[in-house]
Amino acid sequence: MTQEKIIRLADVSKSFAGKAVLREASLEVGRGELLALLGASGSGKSVTLKTINGLICPDSGAIEVLGNPVSEMGEAELVPLRRRVSYLFQGGALFDSMNVFDNVAFPLREHLDLSQQDLAERVRSLLAMVHLEDVEQLQPSELSGGMRKRVAVARALALDPEIILYDEPTTGLDPVTSRAIAGLILDLDRRLDVTSVVVTHDILLVSQVAERVVFLEKGNFIFSGSVAEARRQGPAVVREFFAAGGSDA
Amino acid sequence: MNPVTSLLVNIGGASQLAGESLVRMFTPPVDGQETLRQLDRIGVGSLNLTNITALFTGMVLALQTSYTLGTFGAKMYIGEIVALSLVRELGPVLTALMVGGRVGSGITAELGSMTVTEQVDALRSMAADPVRKLVVPRLWATLIMLPLLTILADALGIFGGLLISVFQEGLPASFYIQRVFRALTFDDIVMGVTKPVVFAFLIAIIGCYNGLTARGGADGVGRATTNTVYAVAILVLLSDFLVTKLFMSL
Repeated sequence: MTQEKIIRLADVSKSFAGKAVLREASLEVGRGELLALLGASGSGKSVTLKTINGLICPDSGAIEVLGNPVSEMGEAELVPLRRRVSYLFQGGALFDSMNVFDNVAFPLREHLDLSQQDLAERVRSLLAMVHLEDVEQLQPSELSGGMRKRVAVARALALDPEIILYDEPTTGLDPVTSRAIAGLILDLDRRLDVTSVVVTHDILLVSQVAERVVFLEKGNFIFSGSVAEARRQGPAVVREFFAAGGSDA
Repeated sequence: MNPVTSLLVNIGGASQLAGESLVRMFTPPVDGQETLRQLDRIGVGSLNLTNITALFTGMVLALQTSYTLGTFGAKMYIGEIVALSLVRELGPVLTALMVGGRVGSGITAELGSMTVTEQVDALRSMAADPVRKLVVPRLWATLIMLPLLTILADALGIFGGLLISVFQEGLPASFYIQRVFRALTFDDIVMGVTKPVVFAFLIAIIGCYNGLTARGGADGVGRATTNTVYAVAILVLLSDFLVTKLFMSL
């Protein structure tokens, strides 16, 4: 069965201060897919992710997400789409001035008209989904790195998104917490049937969760295939990447 | 980017932010809770600084005036000179410079650290409008609080002048107060209240613009904060000249 493509990047280019980060890069992601986007540091992985929900506008090329021409839309037009596409930032990007409850409640207050009681219940159930309890009143500065990421995941899930974009979800975390985050991504993928794009350097994470791997090199996607194909038949740079990652999982 | 291009880009960017903010200020929803929080931080938090500055400025002004006027035997005019200088010029400008340094740099540091830690992108990714969420509450708070702080500063400065007039120069308090009220006209007060509105707009927009465009981690936030203090000081003095000139030509 052919998977419906809900993310399409066609010949997307983007430069910063004259330095090309993406060079006519093309990518398609099917509904329900769990895609790992790999590449060396500075290869344009995060930029690719940010172009998908319109945080960065490409210099040329077309981006279509859930049937919307993202690259041609303004901030106001992107509002309905951004409710359906969540973004998990590398550092969590929790609001420093708000406690955990208000952070998770933020998108709910912004877009839904819930009663105080319904809001509290929804926040608690979102936190339970990421295995966090009794943290509602804590400030982000009082949380560990792994807890911050999990709160950020809870916030990203608040509006029941169809797509979740993960930017380096395990960077800076210890192996045990990284594994817990990997389990969480898989769990969410299975339970909520979302489409996930995971930008990462973490080969262990890729081995644990990815259904398909794409590799970004010098601003272009040079490989697309399964983890096993990447290890065995991928270009030398991809095989080297996996070998350096050290996981045989 | 050369300095001239950079300056033009910044003027263009800040003007665009000012336009977008003005539109959102008068269209719902306005985040009341955040605006209240900013009123407290910007207004109440600046009280000590502006009050102490105003009190001592009034006292020094009275001292200098009495010294100068004393040579002409005209010390009875201290009240007029202190009141007019403070209400028309020193109150608005000194309060704006103090608040601009404290609040403008504070806004830049806060929004700058939010920008470099991707919190502003997080707002956008959740389909929230950063201008409405971050800029408008700070703009309203500065526009409301700076004129109030200036009025209070004017009053305290005049009180400072009264202390010197009464306790050092031996003038009766009632005489000083009478001269103050006789000197001040409605136009002086309008000018004294209009200036802080202009200054407040500049302080908030420059603070927010530099914060939202900060790049490059802690170093970038530091540079943006310094730029805000620098730009606010220059623009307050420049706009003070223009507003004064405008009022005098009316």
